[in-house]
Amino acid sequence: MQEQLQQLKDEAIGKIQAASTVKELQDVRVAYLGKKGPITDLLKGMGKLPAEERPKMGALVNVVREEVTAVLDERLVILEDAAIAQQLENESIDVTLPGRPVKTGNHHPLTRVVEEIEDLFINMGYEIAEGPEVEKDYYNFEALNLPKGHPARDMQDSFYISEDILLRTHTSPVQARTMEAKGGEPIKIICPGKVYRRDSDDATHSHQFTQIEGLVIGENIRMSDLKGTLSVFAKKMFGDDREIRLRPSFFPFTEPSVEMDISCFKCGGSGCNVCKKTGWIEILGAGMVHPNVLEMAGYDSKRLSGFAFGMGPERIAMLKYGVEDIRHFYTNDVRFVSQFHRTEV
Amino acid sequence: MLVSTKWLADYIDTKGLAPAELAEKITRSGIEVDAVIDRSHGMTNVVVGHVLECGKHPEADKLSICQVDVGEEVTQIICGAPNIAAGQKVIVARPGAVLPGGMKIKKAKLRGEESNGMICSLQELAIEGKLVPKAYAEGIYVLPADTQTGADALGILGLNDTVLELGLTPNRADAMSMLGVAYEVGAILSEDMKYPEINYASSNEVAENVLKLRVEDVDANPMYVAKVVKNVVIGESPLWLQQRLMAAGVRPHNNVVDVTNYVLMEYGQPLHAFDYDRLQTGEIVVRAAHAGEKIMTLDDQERELQAHHLVITNGQEPVAIAGVMGGANSEVHDGTTTIVIESAYFKPASVRQTSKDHNLRSDASSRFEKGVDPNRVEAAAERAAQLIAELAGGEVLQGSVKFDELDKTQKEVIVSPDFINNRLGMKISLEEMTSILSRLKFDFEAANGMLYIKAPTRRQDIQIEEDIVEEIARIYGYDDIPMTLPEGESTPGGLTPYQAQRRIVRNFLEGAGLHQAITYSLTSKELAQSFALETAPVTELLMPMSEERSTLRQSLIPHLLEAASYNVARKADSVTLFETGSVFLGETAEGLPHEEEHVAAVMTGKWLDHSWQGERKTVDFFVLKGIIEGLFAKLGLDHLVTFEQTQKDGLHPGRTASIKLAHEVVGVVGQLHPTEQKKRDLKETYVMEMNLAKLLNFSLEPLLYTPVPRFPSISRDIALVVNRTQAAGELQQIIRRAGGKLLKDVRVFDLYEGEKMEAGQKSVAFSLTYEDPERTLTDEEVVKAHSKVLKALEEEGNAQLRG
Repeated sequence: MQEQLQQLKDEAIGKIQAASTVKELQDVRVAYLGKKGPITDLLKGMGKLPAEERPKMGALVNVVREEVTAVLDERLVILEDAAIAQQLENESIDVTLPGRPVKTGNHHPLTRVVEEIEDLFINMGYEIAEGPEVEKDYYNFEALNLPKGHPARDMQDSFYISEDILLRTHTSPVQARTMEAKGGEPIKIICPGKVYRRDSDDATHSHQFTQIEGLVIGENIRMSDLKGTLSVFAKKMFGDDREIRLRPSFFPFTEPSVEMDISCFKCGGSGCNVCKKTGWIEILGAGMVHPNVLEMAGYDSKRLSGFAFGMGPERIAMLKYGVEDIRHFYTNDVRFVSQFHRTEV
Repeated sequence: MLVSTKWLADYIDTKGLAPAELAEKITRSGIEVDAVIDRSHGMTNVVVGHVLECGKHPEADKLSICQVDVGEEVTQIICGAPNIAAGQKVIVARPGAVLPGGMKIKKAKLRGEESNGMICSLQELAIEGKLVPKAYAEGIYVLPADTQTGADALGILGLNDTVLELGLTPNRADAMSMLGVAYEVGAILSEDMKYPEINYASSNEVAENVLKLRVEDVDANPMYVAKVVKNVVIGESPLWLQQRLMAAGVRPHNNVVDVTNYVLMEYGQPLHAFDYDRLQTGEIVVRAAHAGEKIMTLDDQERELQAHHLVITNGQEPVAIAGVMGGANSEVHDGTTTIVIESAYFKPASVRQTSKDHNLRSDASSRFEKGVDPNRVEAAAERAAQLIAELAGGEVLQGSVKFDELDKTQKEVIVSPDFINNRLGMKISLEEMTSILSRLKFDFEAANGMLYIKAPTRRQDIQIEEDIVEEIARIYGYDDIPMTLPEGESTPGGLTPYQAQRRIVRNFLEGAGLHQAITYSLTSKELAQSFALETAPVTELLMPMSEERSTLRQSLIPHLLEAASYNVARKADSVTLFETGSVFLGETAEGLPHEEEHVAAVMTGKWLDHSWQGERKTVDFFVLKGIIEGLFAKLGLDHLVTFEQTQKDGLHPGRTASIKLAHEVVGVVGQLHPTEQKKRDLKETYVMEMNLAKLLNFSLEPLLYTPVPRFPSISRDIALVVNRTQAAGELQQIIRRAGGKLLKDVRVFDLYEGEKMEAGQKSVAFSLTYEDPERTLTDEEVVKAHSKVLKALEEEGNAQLRG
């Protein structure tokens, strides 16, 4: 019986080693170790043995059984590994093939610039004010210290609808309307929007364009506040190492009036083609709100003062992204618009 | 304003500053220098030549062979100018010279003849053609006979000079003159300026005895000064005067006209010279024009006048349009011997209107319309008389013929130093302030803690305290203003809910695959109402620049379609654009159009192109509808939106839906009508437009969480046979209504219209989900609810279960 056992063991191990798949191995397990297998048969047949031999024989059978099981388990691990390896090989793909595209669009570059400016000022406590694109002459000009007959309000330069109504030429009427509505209270607003001038469209002119203006009115608002605010704006918008400088200028609705230059963000001030070799780039116009403008909106110009500034998102986008022709913004060529896809923080 | 730095040096010592440095200082303190122009353009080797001989080139009719003395030698130069002649002093660019256009002068052979240099026109030295005196406009420039041969021609021509081009803002009319610029530079550099000395001998004859003056329109012409000069000899001006005029951008004509222009540039006071004899009447009458009256102006144009135009007359007929242009009938000509010099103050608004009516803007009108210095009117006349006496050999009659009711008082501005410092956020001392006022040559008195300032009449822009704030600040320097942030209560800031939601709409549409477009609000009258959700009277421009941009749009779709065509024409295989923007409808009580913000989209071409895995799709109705549904879901409005079959001009009659939000039409979506597609060279194209304001202003209950179901749901699928025209959406509504509380969801999962169906019928399959949040549903409950649904479908939708 011992011999028989040894033979069975050799036979089983031989088959285990020969098994080349997990399935074959499972068959071997069932064949030799299963309930109907020869080893189980041997155990069952022990009843026929003399009582004193039974324990010894039983132990022997168990040893063989454990040995066969161990070999089988070992073989199983190898075959399973091989099977997984095979599966992985079969499943492997060409990862260089293109993925399933997700179609996404993006902001128009002007919206991108406008929202960036809006958010920057919102963080400084500003609200966004909007108003009609078709305006009364009063809000567009008169309330801004541009009385009738003023050279800057030539009919030739504006799109009039009637004597008293026109397409707004700047977003300043929103300021005038806000001031009137606030009834003498402090104000901190940003006014973005479309504006219109009677220009022929070419590389640097557009009869429709965008403006974004800011207005702050309060007690003791000083020119130093304007300068500080614009400096924060310049650094956040164009980089931390931007410097600003103010140059005297003239606008009917502010006094004093200034223009703001920033140190060139391309060359840092040493002079390049972006800043036309000057090291500085003109970015916006600003000034202290003219007392006539305050008074006309019902503000006491002796008690309250304010500053205002305004800029053109087209110009900023052209500078920032190197766009050479303003008409690109209104042609909506997909090859242009889609270039402003990536985000920048 | 073009400022020759050489000329400027007559009035102010610029302390040896390089022109670029001076320009920087001027720019930083108030007047922007747009350009610094080196008139020499780096030229060298350009000398005065004396043409000794001049003969025809044997091989070329138009060329002359000249023997030219250039100082060091006599050399041969071939010249093509028609006005070359022996004996002339000319400008010679010698071999080695580089001219402004980049042309390098070399020894050369022209048709076999040696040429050692080039005889130049002024244009070749970068003087604009329109500034070159007419006599030399078509050829070389001829220098005065006494010019020294071999001398540096640039020096003789005043071209070793730098010109500052000032970009003047409308408030700084005072800097439209050399004297005004000198004042400005003087204030910047803290230097005193020198005024020209006026000093001439006048004859015994009294001007008032030969010329009568009457001003009828005192309001439009409060001051008029006339000087009479006899025995003038009209001729070319001396070179120095011509050079200065050209540097200032004025073309030299003759000595008298040149002097009036010179004084205009020097004093900022426009002058006019009449030929006394051609006036005929010995009288000047300034009056309003008669409507319909005509005058032939100096530019040989006949102009019809209106009653609000001011004219200078000889008592009978107009001889000049006041402040704008002289008349041809009284023009100074070569034979003129007696002249009348006019210096006047014309009311700015009057000149502005007149020059606009005649579309005539001149150096004179641009100064009058901003207001000339009342205190220079007479001085300028005297200065001109002096120069004409000097340069045209005239004899100035004694005194002036003068009318003067002009207010010449200085504007007083009272301001406290504290006000100035508070407005600036600075601490400038009183001493520094008064020092700046002195540099500006403002009269002032400091008393009782206040500054009593009298602004000079040349500075008519100084009117209020804030103007003084600016003057102090700009001379003190803006760089010294500190940087602070507004004090006082901080405000939270932020977007309004509407503005925040609009951003969400844009971001959603972009995430869904559409690019944001911005198109023009102005369109043609024809397109203004195309595709409009609602039409109302259009808003049209009074003076459009073109028919194409004459009317405000009532729909965003036409311009989005233009953008689509544009892109398709450039081979874009897919165009997916959206826009948010205003449309303009009718008129409000305020008289303005109603502005409604809309959102619109256009889609055409490829939608999904993933062909290697077998996925390809072009845009269709349901792609766009799905995006709209997604947008409504994002806004929390998906349960309130319905789509109904509709028809609309320009859209496909079978593929168009109106979009309803809580039963109100808020938009439309559909395929462009095939004929419209063809018209625009587009393939299958879909558009939508919605009233964004209605979407965003819809008020919703606050978002509250619904417990996540704890009990399983049960689903039932049904396939229904219905009439082919039966809308699936209606069936869905029937199911919803009949399904009761337990029906959680119903969706279409199949549609079949193929040959296995009877004619005129189709099959629509729905998947229904039943659920009870409180407990596990029993079969009986589901069967009960489901049979209600089937019954309702049969009764209301005439729908049969498909066998």
